[in-house]
Amino acid sequence: MTTNVDAIVIGGGIHGCSTTLHLCLAGLKPVLIEKDYAGRHASGVNAGGVRQLARHIPEIPLSIRSMGIWERINDLLDDDCSFESYGQVLVAENEEELAVCRARVAELNALGFTHEELIDAAELRRLVPAVAETCPGGVVSRRDGAANPAQTTTAFRRKAEQLGATVREGVAANNIRYGDGLWSVDVGTETFAAPVLVNAAGAWAGRIAADLGEPVPVETVAPMLMITSRVPHFIDPVVILRGRKLSFKQFKNGTVLIGGGHLATPYQDRNETVLDWKSLATSAQTVFELFPVMRSATIVRAWAGIEAKMKDDIPVFGPSSRHRGLYHQFGFSLHGFQLGPGAGAVMAELIVNGGTQTRIGDLGIDRFHPSTL
Amino acid sequence: MSVAPKRDDYDVVVIGAGPAGLAAAATSAGAGLTTLMLDENIGPGGQVFRAISSTPVTDRNQLGADYWVGSDLVQALRASNAEVIQRATVWSLDRNLDIAVSIGGASAFVRAKRVILATGALERPFPIPGWTLPGVMTAGAAQTMLKSSALVPDGRTVIAGQGPLLWLLAAQILRLGGRIDRILDTTERGNYVAALPHAFAFLTSPYFAKGLSMMREVKAKVQVVSGVTELAAAGDGQLASVSYVAGGKRETIPADLLLLHQGVVPNVNLAMAAGVEHRWDDLQLCWSPVLDVSGNSSVAGIAIAGDGAGIGGANAAVVRGRIAARAAVESLAPAAAAKLPAMAALRSDLAKAERGRVFLDTLFRPAPQFRIPKGDTIVCRCEEVTAKDVLDSVAIGATGPNQLKAYRRTGMGPCQGRLCGLTVTELMAQARGKTPQEIGYYRLRAPVKPITLAELAAVPKSEADVKAVVRG
Repeated sequence: MTTNVDAIVIGGGIHGCSTTLHLCLAGLKPVLIEKDYAGRHASGVNAGGVRQLARHIPEIPLSIRSMGIWERINDLLDDDCSFESYGQVLVAENEEELAVCRARVAELNALGFTHEELIDAAELRRLVPAVAETCPGGVVSRRDGAANPAQTTTAFRRKAEQLGATVREGVAANNIRYGDGLWSVDVGTETFAAPVLVNAAGAWAGRIAADLGEPVPVETVAPMLMITSRVPHFIDPVVILRGRKLSFKQFKNGTVLIGGGHLATPYQDRNETVLDWKSLATSAQTVFELFPVMRSATIVRAWAGIEAKMKDDIPVFGPSSRHRGLYHQFGFSLHGFQLGPGAGAVMAELIVNGGTQTRIGDLGIDRFHPSTL
Repeated sequence: MSVAPKRDDYDVVVIGAGPAGLAAAATSAGAGLTTLMLDENIGPGGQVFRAISSTPVTDRNQLGADYWVGSDLVQALRASNAEVIQRATVWSLDRNLDIAVSIGGASAFVRAKRVILATGALERPFPIPGWTLPGVMTAGAAQTMLKSSALVPDGRTVIAGQGPLLWLLAAQILRLGGRIDRILDTTERGNYVAALPHAFAFLTSPYFAKGLSMMREVKAKVQVVSGVTELAAAGDGQLASVSYVAGGKRETIPADLLLLHQGVVPNVNLAMAAGVEHRWDDLQLCWSPVLDVSGNSSVAGIAIAGDGAGIGGANAAVVRGRIAARAAVESLAPAAAAKLPAMAALRSDLAKAERGRVFLDTLFRPAPQFRIPKGDTIVCRCEEVTAKDVLDSVAIGATGPNQLKAYRRTGMGPCQGRLCGLTVTELMAQARGKTPQEIGYYRLRAPVKPITLAELAAVPKSEADVKAVVRG
């Protein structure tokens, strides 16, 4: 039997859940289809960075839009998502790196963006007292922060369901087809049909796009993270390095999350990853050098989430270049978590109003396939 | 003193030097395979033969004849060419059979053609009100102190729970002059009836006569209360009393030490982290790996022997170790396998060793109220999450143990779910009207045992990194 709905969203990551919620807020009745459970992959297990800092310029408007939603996330979701805003700091480890930082901030200022601010050694030390004394400065984005990714994704899913979305978890979307102005998708024994289909399937989205005739240069990656035992509070902002691969965040409970983009081997079809401990050892060594206070901490757990990374490192976001009613929202390339709330809001505007005030033009799939519509 | 593994690659790496691991490593090395034994403890023996080479207890009767069987197994291992490293904590194993091991504060990586996991058992969580109070400990922890240091309780001591190991511990404490004020037996009365059809097999098992005489020995010296249906520990920052209900009557007794035990379950953490498929065992009420008749798991090259393969006891563990090792020899050095005892003979030994197991499993199946707590009783000790907290999270949408992490951080502390995992699965299954198999278990990740950041930082880097430094 076929159930008619207003929109079909494939993928229960933060993007699919956020879009589903915003469609509900716009008065639509969407269905959300997730083959595992909401937040099972990258959205639930990423570092939780809520970061405007150091973003690619084409996605900055979307990031800023998203930041506004993060700052009142509790009003939207009735859940604080453990969001906290102590800023994010990019540390330059030497003068060369600081020069790159200076040029970057100047470039942003010229474009009218003011969220990134150059800081000297004294301000760096004030923000991050534990950082090694040799670092000459860096960049801060003061409104940035972090949230609990699993809690956030789950909260979006829960709120969407409360507002009338149909949620199907544990069953894959199969046999996606278009006819008579409707997209139809089989979900187990059910079939859903809608004029709108959103492809927010994360690491699985590239296959869906390719099957629909819009292949894009995307690969599946699994960035690794590790978390330590509780250590006494010593740092508030999220810290990332300009030169080496490292991101660093201490939570309220004292545990410290260490990331930075070293990759595990993904086994996508088994939902598994195999960690590369020798790369993680490199992260550990960087922390060891920069934060002596961490040396006796223990590593409690390490993991990796499976996600899609575009060759050009910016997402595919917006309407299809081939099919009416099809929208893509994937390929966030290791930095999609912060964008989730804003991307859902903008996607709902594209679907409901046919356009948005937020500048997203450089993110479309038409950068790979000129539109035939 | 730290001894790193001599090679980077081995034919067989055996993890755990309990009965299964000792037998497996001796068999594999004896057949000429390069064999590395990695064991976490100071000496070989595992839990059942703990401190077999070093115990200060010299009177063989005190720990019992079964304990001293361990020294033959250790002799056999030492006579073989196996490389044995003690105090070696394996903290990662993956499906490529890459092993990370911490030895004396330094980590090393080795790769195996076959891995035999003999990581044994853990005590089942016993989440009663007050179980986290100082003064409440597991019977297994008490037994460790007894075997390695001849330490026995001398304050007011209560032992509560059920199962063969509980009686063994009680007998060992008494023989060494320790004090036990009361034993509270939580075996459900209905279990005696349910176990009856399996009694004949048990009567012919070697465990029968020994078990019976041990229980008689204990009952002659200690007051045993049977049919206990409720149990709670209480005290202000320290255990002061134990209260219980038996035959509908509540009683509270003062106590300095409460030893809890309701059986053991497979220690699955390393196997699960390696990606080995597990299933819920409805009789033993725990997760057991899915294995073929030779102990091979769902991950190619990883076999599991001993209680980690499903609780079977020490005798079965020895045979399972030999079977897993023989299977490894058959695949890596078929000619050498011909000299080993035939697989058919080993399987018949195993059947004999496992005789009576269903009877024990049925009789000592712990009652629901001691597995699935209520209200304010702590479920997750690391994050101090109560049963009510878990149910509240289920009510607002947590569907399984992994989703629960987003609400309560259960299983994310240093114990990696060892103390709460089974409780969380059963509690959520009950609340959602699903089977434990449907509810599932925590996804476990390395490091399976915590390592320090300094130790990880000191790990030899990958070839690419080293080259970069050399060029740099």
